Amino acid sequence: MSAQMHDGFTRRGLDDIARDMTPAPARQLLATRLARRDFLRLTGLAGGGLMLQFSVGDVRADAHAQASAGNARFAPNAYLQISTSGILIYATQPEAGQGVKTALPMIIAEELDAAWEDVEVRLSGVDAAAFGRQFAGGSTAVPRVWTPMRQAGAVARAMLVEAAAHRWQVPASELRTRDSHVIDASGERRISYMALAEAAARLPVPDAAQVSLKSREDFRLIGQPITGVDNHALVTGQPLFGIDHQLPDLLHAMYVKCPAIGGTVRTANVDEIRALPGVHDAFVIDGNGEVTELMSGVAIVAKDTWAAMRARRSLRVEWDETHAARDTWTQSQSRADELVGAEGAETLADNGDVDAAMAAAAQTVESVYRYAFASHAQLEPQSCTAWYKADGTLEIWASSQTPQRAVENVASALGMDSKAIMLHQVRMGGGFGRRLVNDPVCEAAAISRQVGRPVKLTWTREDDMSHDFLRAGGFHALKGGVDDAGRAIAWQNHFITFSADGKSPVFGGNLSPTEDLGHLIKNFRLTRTQLPWASPCGFWRAPGASVFGFALQSFLHELAVAGGRDHLEFLLEILGEPRWLDPGNTWTLHTGRAADVLKLAAEKAGWGRAMPEGRALGLAFYFSHAAHVAEVAEVSVDDNKRIRVHEVTVVSDVGPIINRSGAENQCEGSVIDGLSAMLGQKLTHERGRVRETNFDRYPLLRMPQAPKVSVHFIESDYPPTGLGEPVLPPVAPAVCNAVFTASGHRIRTLPISEEGFSI
Amino acid sequence: MPTLALTINGRTHEVEDVPADMPLLWVLRDRLGLVGTRGGGGIALGGACPVHGAGSPLRAGAVPARARAGQPITTIEGLASADGSLHALQQAWIDHDVAQCGYCQTGQLMSAAALLARNPDPSDAEIDSAMAGNICRCGTYVRIRRAIHAAAKAGAAANTNTTATGAAS
Repeated sequence: MSAQMHDGFTRRGLDDIARDMTPAPARQLLATRLARRDFLRLTGLAGGGLMLQFSVGDVRADAHAQASAGNARFAPNAYLQISTSGILIYATQPEAGQGVKTALPMIIAEELDAAWEDVEVRLSGVDAAAFGRQFAGGSTAVPRVWTPMRQAGAVARAMLVEAAAHRWQVPASELRTRDSHVIDASGERRISYMALAEAAARLPVPDAAQVSLKSREDFRLIGQPITGVDNHALVTGQPLFGIDHQLPDLLHAMYVKCPAIGGTVRTANVDEIRALPGVHDAFVIDGNGEVTELMSGVAIVAKDTWAAMRARRSLRVEWDETHAARDTWTQSQSRADELVGAEGAETLADNGDVDAAMAAAAQTVESVYRYAFASHAQLEPQSCTAWYKADGTLEIWASSQTPQRAVENVASALGMDSKAIMLHQVRMGGGFGRRLVNDPVCEAAAISRQVGRPVKLTWTREDDMSHDFLRAGGFHALKGGVDDAGRAIAWQNHFITFSADGKSPVFGGNLSPTEDLGHLIKNFRLTRTQLPWASPCGFWRAPGASVFGFALQSFLHELAVAGGRDHLEFLLEILGEPRWLDPGNTWTLHTGRAADVLKLAAEKAGWGRAMPEGRALGLAFYFSHAAHVAEVAEVSVDDNKRIRVHEVTVVSDVGPIINRSGAENQCEGSVIDGLSAMLGQKLTHERGRVRETNFDRYPLLRMPQAPKVSVHFIESDYPPTGLGEPVLPPVAPAVCNAVFTASGHRIRTLPISEEGFSI
Repeated sequence: MPTLALTINGRTHEVEDVPADMPLLWVLRDRLGLVGTRGGGGIALGGACPVHGAGSPLRAGAVPARARAGQPITTIEGLASADGSLHALQQAWIDHDVAQCGYCQTGQLMSAAALLARNPDPSDAEIDSAMAGNICRCGTYVRIRRAIHAAAKAGAAANTNTTATGAAS
């Protein structure tokens, strides 16, 4: 396990999270199938019935699982239970609002041919041995489980049909299924799965490879709009989220860390704090110096959250900031400004002859794009409940996108055996990548161990924004050339990003040559310079892509304008003939799929229609997370640089849609999130301290600013992929391109408030 | 410190040892276990926490509990009828699958319910204005608008039916 080094603290595990989210070639994905040995039929359910436990091979894990012990590939990963009382499907993957708790069980129910009304969905426990990998990141859940979950449903269905065939003494081939029933050829005899479950459980498990799957035309559930399985509990205010967890004798804690990350407690007035009303205890925790686990701080434990908050106002800490982060955003900006005229320190790609092509170009354009650091601002404050018990075991209820990793983090931070830790996954009030890291979980565990009582830790919004794993800021000095026919002939990108160790870029700063659409132009150069940055960076919804899209897709429009070309036509010309960039690998760009989403978005939005003065359409495309997405924004701009976004049209190709309602919701939400982020969200550090620590200085989009969103899908026959992230990157460039056409102002900075614009 | 008597969803709770500045939010959540009212930790900027006092929305995160002594309070747990039948808005939220993470939605529902109580058929602009204080980080605003319109329509239909039944009897 490698860690990025900064002299003050280390970042254990971030590399592993990044690898979990890095696509493996889809050749492996397509090859993932369950074998007979991957199924385990278990009888002995209370009341009798079929419990089918099956594994979900994880292609992401394959590459490094082969090299490491504990290959999790064929560990059982999900449960389907059919008993006399009903059908129960365990949702094993963490739910943060991306909808997997509803969509993934739908895949099993489809092939099982179950009536959705008969299905109960429950969130599963956390256990790598029992469930395989449990992970919410990189929009990977759907592609990971698509084929194995279909097979699981189909195997169970085959066993139920076989049980009915035995009962009626007819060939299984004469029977069909519908709505949780097996039906005979005449249609006169029907028997429910529940009534067959016990008999089915006694049958041998068929080979999954021999069990046929439905063809797409026969899908009855997949593709339908299905309301979320937790919706009734949500709208009636039932306890659902990590922060809602309650236990008898629960204490409530705050944990105060140095506002400059990496600072440690020198002295603190904990004796005074202990004497305050409602306070149970106050103490210093040294931590293990891992920013992903447990950093130095002061714990205040009280009878309720408010008592801890009040006591905190009296807390006086002297911090040792010898090894703390000292980042200052304005200094980084000045340094970047000095560098933009030069080539980058490293050359990542240099195709053709960029200099000759620029010299020969009929026109060249040069622009610098900038974007600030940003915070996740998930609405449910960071919170975790931990209970260190007298027998030395630890029970935890955690809102985590990486619940299995959370166990490892706590074991590492507390020096415990991970087998003594039982962690329950809980629905999350938003994740957006922040809850891939489990620092609050480690803190809650450490505090509970100290007081020997169950403790709920709650962070304030200030704690959260001061101790985030940031979306990295960055700069792109771009130059492009077009020939006298307006064709793109040269592209140069000097990407200025950040590094903690001076070697590799921070997370979100890994722009690869193939992610820059400019690499489709014959003469292409990508260089990189890394500036120092110590405060930890992490994974913000569509890491990297969320900001690269703004710079690259805006500049493509600049080139189209310089060449006197229609933007759509210009993009289609660059994409060229339909082809995979890496043939057979569905995690790479397919230029034909890209062209198709662009053309449909243009058609749906009425591209080319006449618009009144001050109003225009803007177009953008981005490929990320195996998804091809095009968007058209319709905006108007007034003389005070006030933008009104009337409508955003979204067209994506992620293969077949599973839950139409959830999928549309992700698209609508990504548009709002994209607008929210581009409008006014920035973190500016000063000597390591974040200046924007609450929503007054870090605005989130509100309802009056929300546009109409029209969502369309091209449901190609490729395997389905995730929609949690890829709709976000095209939002800002589509809007900014429209703003240019409407007003002549080219926005080159995020947030756009830096250039005086508002929405 | 005198015991605080709070009337929540028609039931009176006696709460001990409530400091003068303790927000209603933390009394509800940490003392009474009514966790459907949720805070965004945002110094009354998030709007995740509304409850109703006398039909108007109140920011539970900003209002001291003692300021509400003796005055009826309705929380999300009391929005449905006592028999469990949902408020038209709750049903619309399910029908239109409004939520993503869902964390802010109880607050959204309480603000929407206060809106419909004073304006049974709001326009888009009236909805936007009434709901502007409630942040949804997931960006479900488009669906919230749609669900409020649907609930308004359902409420109007229910009223028409009541009138029709009344006329027939």
